[in-house]
Amino acid sequence: MITELGHFALILAFLVACFQATIPLIGAYKRWPGWMAVAEPAATIQLLLTGVAFGALMWAFVTSDFSLRLVVLNSHTAKPMLYKITGVWGNHEGSMLLWVLIVALFGASVAWFGSNLPPSLKARVLSVQAMIGVAFFAFILLTSNPFLRMAVPPFDGNDLNPLLQDPGLAFHPPFLYLGYVGLSMTFSFAVAALIEGRVDAAWGRWVRPYTLAAWVFLTIGIGLGSWWAYYELGWGGFWFWDPVENASFMPWLIAAALLHSAIVVEKRESLKSWTILLAIIAFGFSMVGAFITRSGVLTSVHAFATDPERGVFLLAILAVFMAGALTLFAARANVMQAKGVFSLVSRESMLLLNNILLAVAAFVVFVGTIWPLVAEMAFDRKLSVGEPFFNMAFTPFMVLLGLVLPVGAMMSWKRATLGRVLRQLRGVFALAVAIAALAWTMQSGKSALGPVGLFFAAWLIGGSAVDIWSRTGRGAVGERLRRMTRLPRADWGKSVAHAGLGVTMAGIAAMMAWQVEDIRVLKVGEDLEIAGFGLRLDKVERLNGPNYIATKATFTLSEEGREIATMYPEKRNYPVAQMPTTEAALNNGFLRDIYVVIGDPQQGGGWAVRSYYKPLANWIWGGALLMAFGGLLSLTDRRYRVAAGARRAPATGVPAE
Amino acid sequence: MKRLILVLCLMAAPLWAVQPDEMLDDPALEARARDISSGLRCLVCRNESIDDSHAELARDLRLLVRERLVAGDSNEETVDFIVERYGEYVLLKPRAGGANILLWLAGPLMLGAGLILGGIYLRRRSTTPETDVAQLSEAEEDRLREILKE
Repeated sequence: MITELGHFALILAFLVACFQATIPLIGAYKRWPGWMAVAEPAATIQLLLTGVAFGALMWAFVTSDFSLRLVVLNSHTAKPMLYKITGVWGNHEGSMLLWVLIVALFGASVAWFGSNLPPSLKARVLSVQAMIGVAFFAFILLTSNPFLRMAVPPFDGNDLNPLLQDPGLAFHPPFLYLGYVGLSMTFSFAVAALIEGRVDAAWGRWVRPYTLAAWVFLTIGIGLGSWWAYYELGWGGFWFWDPVENASFMPWLIAAALLHSAIVVEKRESLKSWTILLAIIAFGFSMVGAFITRSGVLTSVHAFATDPERGVFLLAILAVFMAGALTLFAARANVMQAKGVFSLVSRESMLLLNNILLAVAAFVVFVGTIWPLVAEMAFDRKLSVGEPFFNMAFTPFMVLLGLVLPVGAMMSWKRATLGRVLRQLRGVFALAVAIAALAWTMQSGKSALGPVGLFFAAWLIGGSAVDIWSRTGRGAVGERLRRMTRLPRADWGKSVAHAGLGVTMAGIAAMMAWQVEDIRVLKVGEDLEIAGFGLRLDKVERLNGPNYIATKATFTLSEEGREIATMYPEKRNYPVAQMPTTEAALNNGFLRDIYVVIGDPQQGGGWAVRSYYKPLANWIWGGALLMAFGGLLSLTDRRYRVAAGARRAPATGVPAE
Repeated sequence: MKRLILVLCLMAAPLWAVQPDEMLDDPALEARARDISSGLRCLVCRNESIDDSHAELARDLRLLVRERLVAGDSNEETVDFIVERYGEYVLLKPRAGGANILLWLAGPLMLGAGLILGGIYLRRRSTTPETDVAQLSEAEEDRLREILKE
């Protein structure tokens, strides 16, 4: 019964979205206030109905209702409750339902919090957002209905992919979707502005929080996914340049570019058409991501629905939205005249450089991702494009970006003097070079990557500190420190996020340059030595988990003869899903991780053991967290709250026409 | 019964990426083998190198790489040997020959184009005279003062 209610609610939500996609648009065109105003209740109702549908599906998972096909395929009674809940989005149909729920959620948030938007723009934004909703509701209802019943319900389910039964991965998709779909909001704003024929500083201010939010969610989502890969896959890899990883990384890069160019629109009324174009492309990449994950045209470890029919449907959605938006862009680009004038050396021009580097980097990732497809169709060559290519082709852009970032961040708007900025950064540059040189002399015969990574960490973190310090003006140190606490949060956000990038760069470089690996057979009682640490295999035992059987080893980790930790790596087997997983044991430290994995028993006795020394491993995700935190700080900046406060200003109603 | 399930499960457990028994005794040679195998794709997996893969075929390829190295082949000869048998699909870093030159040049070309377009835009921005900045209306001025007082 609840299932049917959910199904019915989903159909109703589709109809409401159809209504919301058309009526307010006509209203905005004809300037009929009533027709425009219906967008708001419609957005709320659409969210409620989608929420009911999602809740119904979750109910089916929680109660293990095996009359539902989706539950049979992805759940099991013995599965822990947490994974029964997260199993809702651990499959194609459920994750699409989560997708539309977030589309509706973002739409509703504009209806609730956007009361300072001009009514016609608001009506158009909500209408475009509803069009996206319509497309994806139709996709779910026609090709991927989660509410299909089984004619003969089985006694128990097939269980969720054991790799997904992990807290890191359980929350990775919702964050990613919040990010992907958050970009639908900037898309809606861009298209609405094109229809409206007006892009000004106010538009930049409305778009920026949504871009920031989407980017923060994407950062967290990608970080979670990479952290999960690190501890779960068994050899501590954290990024594989897999098509689906790239699919999340491209929107992230474009969103990063967009949130910087939106600053220029907001503060200087320049780069307008470029910002609109970026907003369109960013959501385009989100949908390309959905297409890659779900169509199966590119083989990937993540693809969970390889169904050509769905692929074609998604491609059609992508084509319609991109073609429509870009045509509109071509027709309307001329109305967006730039106002601000600035010299070659200025914050504006540096932000433009940032945009060029980020956009080209995203383009390189895109070309690399689809090249196997292009090569096969156009040149009849079956080939692969993998990690070595991306490492070589992508890294230079990040190096360039890291080099100019602190300089650009300190330039003043309109007209800056390069000499002054460089003078302020002189000390930090010298420090960064010194640290890199020290690292270079301490390592012998290893790649230059490690020292380069440390250089960037010092350069970006130090640069951010100098930037914040320079904003406190002149005067005594105490006075400046006091002023520092009162700086706008956006300034802090900027510095924290930029420093975070430096931290992540250092982590990645150190991991790639200084990791130590050891693979050997170890008998119980024997020990091994890795990078100055001792590891002793104490015992290996078998034990039963709730829905798996495990082989669990006990290791003692020691440093300079002192025992510092006990580590328990496991090898699990999930009998229902017939899948083994490795649970690595980690000893986390600020400067290094020790990573141990237990393998198979060997013929001559003993066990295969892989152990790793991973320098600065946690810096990778620590940096991602800092970037996300910086974004959050910026998002809570006073000027957005002031703008929100504008609601209290006397309502002028509908502008007279 | 439980015992039986356990035994069956352990039997079903797959092989591992790089097993201790396949490693070469000579560390220099082994390092070269690892270097080569991290650039070769496991043919039956999804986007994994044979160095990372658990598949049986990946193990065979790893052993083949080591065999060639022990036989005295250089890194290039070993890779050529494998590409000859399995096609360029095994290479995770595609060679720049033929149409692939487009793939390798895409980034630099696009960067060049971006910089040129950006440069033209900047020049235009820095030479055009400032257009009239919109003046605030009286109501807006009041509102501005109000905000600044907050």
